[in-house]
Amino acid sequence: MIKITDLQAKIDDKEILKGLNLEVKPGEIHAIMGPNGAGKSTLASVLAGREDYEITGGSVDFQGTDLLDMNTEERAREGLFLAFQYPVEIPGVSNINFLRTAINEIREHKKKDPISAKDFMAMVREKSALVELDSKLASRSVNEGFSGGEKKRNEIFQMAMLEPKLAILDETDSGLDIDALRIVANGVNTLKSDKNATIVITHYQRLLDYIVPDFVHVLYDGKIVKTGGKELALELEEKGYDWIKEELAN
Amino acid sequence: MSAYTEEELAKDLEGQEYKFGFTTDIKSDQAPKGLNEDIIRFISAKKEEPEWMLQNRLEAFAIWKEMKEPDWAHVKYEKPNFQDIIYYSAPNQTKKYESWDDVDPEMKETMKKLGISMEEQKRLTGTNVAVDFVMDSVSVATSFKSKLKELGIIFCSFSEAVQDHPELVREHMGTVVPTKDNFYAALNSAVFTDGSFCYIPKGVRCPMELSTYFRINEGGTGQFERTLVVADEGSYVSYLEGCTAPQRDENQLHAAVVELVAKDNAEIKYSTVQNWYPGDKNGLGGIFNFVTKRGICGYRSKISWTQVETGSAVTWKYPSCILKGDYSVGEFYSVAVTNNYQQADTGTKMIHLGKNTKSTIISKGISAGESHNSYRGLVQINKNAHNARNFSQCDSLLMNDTCGAHTFPYIECKNSSAKIEHEATTSKIGEDQIFYCLQRGISEEKAIGLIVNGYCKEVLNQLPMEFAVEAQKLLSISLEGSVG
Repeated sequence: MIKITDLQAKIDDKEILKGLNLEVKPGEIHAIMGPNGAGKSTLASVLAGREDYEITGGSVDFQGTDLLDMNTEERAREGLFLAFQYPVEIPGVSNINFLRTAINEIREHKKKDPISAKDFMAMVREKSALVELDSKLASRSVNEGFSGGEKKRNEIFQMAMLEPKLAILDETDSGLDIDALRIVANGVNTLKSDKNATIVITHYQRLLDYIVPDFVHVLYDGKIVKTGGKELALELEEKGYDWIKEELAN
Repeated sequence: MSAYTEEELAKDLEGQEYKFGFTTDIKSDQAPKGLNEDIIRFISAKKEEPEWMLQNRLEAFAIWKEMKEPDWAHVKYEKPNFQDIIYYSAPNQTKKYESWDDVDPEMKETMKKLGISMEEQKRLTGTNVAVDFVMDSVSVATSFKSKLKELGIIFCSFSEAVQDHPELVREHMGTVVPTKDNFYAALNSAVFTDGSFCYIPKGVRCPMELSTYFRINEGGTGQFERTLVVADEGSYVSYLEGCTAPQRDENQLHAAVVELVAKDNAEIKYSTVQNWYPGDKNGLGGIFNFVTKRGICGYRSKISWTQVETGSAVTWKYPSCILKGDYSVGEFYSVAVTNNYQQADTGTKMIHLGKNTKSTIISKGISAGESHNSYRGLVQINKNAHNARNFSQCDSLLMNDTCGAHTFPYIECKNSSAKIEHEATTSKIGEDQIFYCLQRGISEEKAIGLIVNGYCKEVLNQLPMEFAVEAQKLLSISLEGSVG
């Protein structure tokens, strides 16, 4: 699905990613954990194609093509989805109109006809139920006046609608109460198949009780420094990150 | 608005240059350049006007000669040379058309490009839009007259109104915008050539949107349109005005006067989509649009102005309401877009005279390129206007770092029971918003279209359906490639 090799990136002359390696195969869920400032959100932004970052080295292969060679919208159309840590409000633009535009752009890219209004509305009903999103929210302006939890649920709703190959959830659990967390996780688990993959970026082990990862990676100082199974997350929860820092120092 | 598809937009975006940049070659019957009493007599004679109208014009000319061109607006431009303008130009035909089939084929072609072809006309018949097509200075044809006539509604060219309904014209013309009101209103009163006239009798609700397409067609011809809409007691009318102009290198002056009279319990909704030629990317050419638009409200009446302004090199325009009658309501909804070197100074005046009068101002300015976009508004509460209320919201959106947005709100309040609210915001188009759209697979052009249309939604929602779709497209076309 995606193979990241020796990825290096900087912003404003500050090196953030310092040779990151990661491979995700179809059907897998990977969790990336790490202390503040390790480069977790930078990784998400770089993969999605945010222009603020300068790529200084390495390569990213996404389904056989060079990801770094594609612009942001091409990556999205090829099936890369980022659930934002801070979803953006777009006043006056209805969620429905926004999603329909996005879906049709993706369909056009795949040389398919635009989705019919009937099919689209059926899809909206089905997918909004998945994340228990009030159908009224679907017709409101994108994220405008949404609560923190509603915004995150809306991200997963969009993910469900766009059916990506690779979804990156950037701290989707932050600011969620336990019910919202369960709903979001349930959405992600339902969408899981052997054809798609998910990268979950998180601070806390809590989310991983609901979305069970195949691999847990520790991102520290711009690199993946440790990889393990689900039990690694539990260990981090218990002991914090200091022991890893010490391990590295030795 | 759901009828509008992104595909249509994409098609429109293919042609980046000004879409309506063409001219029609029809022999003109035009006056020599310049302005003097003889020219005014020539215009009046050409139009076979009654003596009182000629006297009105000559009086206006005398007033105008004493006036100075105002310079308080936040715009810079080379002042027009009023002696270098052709003040009258009529398509070279004498007879009126009995039916659309008789219209000159070339003129039909022009209408086709403007999107009001015969076919469209026929189609529109079903959707209740009557079009009075103004090409250069003479109304070429007026449709739907018979249908409107049954209801006693008069909708015709201004010249026809002067001939056929002189009492109505004489009674109302100049009562809202007096000749001496301002420099351009005086000039218009002296030399106006044509325009539209509309009268809705007592208690009649006009069943269709009345629509006029204005268009400047003759190089170097100043257009001085005169519009008068009179809604008698308890009546209702929705009036649409749309403008397109062909591409020209020299500046063209447009100084129209629009007067609205809403009598007791009447309502007038006046919508404009303005797309005059804005000049090229270097700021060369384009229309000067100096317009006086004003309405007066009787008891419990309402006037609502909605405008979408994307064109003109220089725009100077303040559709206003005089809230004379108690409980009358004035509204102003505006989207003004400036790109490249366009300049716009636009807004409204709400003059509260009556008790319990209410006004709402929603203004959305969007600036791109090197352009300057100013909102200038006056809310005036007079001594006797007890319990007057006003709400104003002025938002400015900047597309880059080289354009400018300015807000000049004036409030004059002479009655302590008034309640006035003013909100203003200025924001730059969000890179985060654009990135969010891109990440969902939406192209940058479409993202900007979505964001800008969303930003203007409150105003676009006020437009009748036909115009809303056109306006959305215009916004996207006007802002193409403008994010920096």
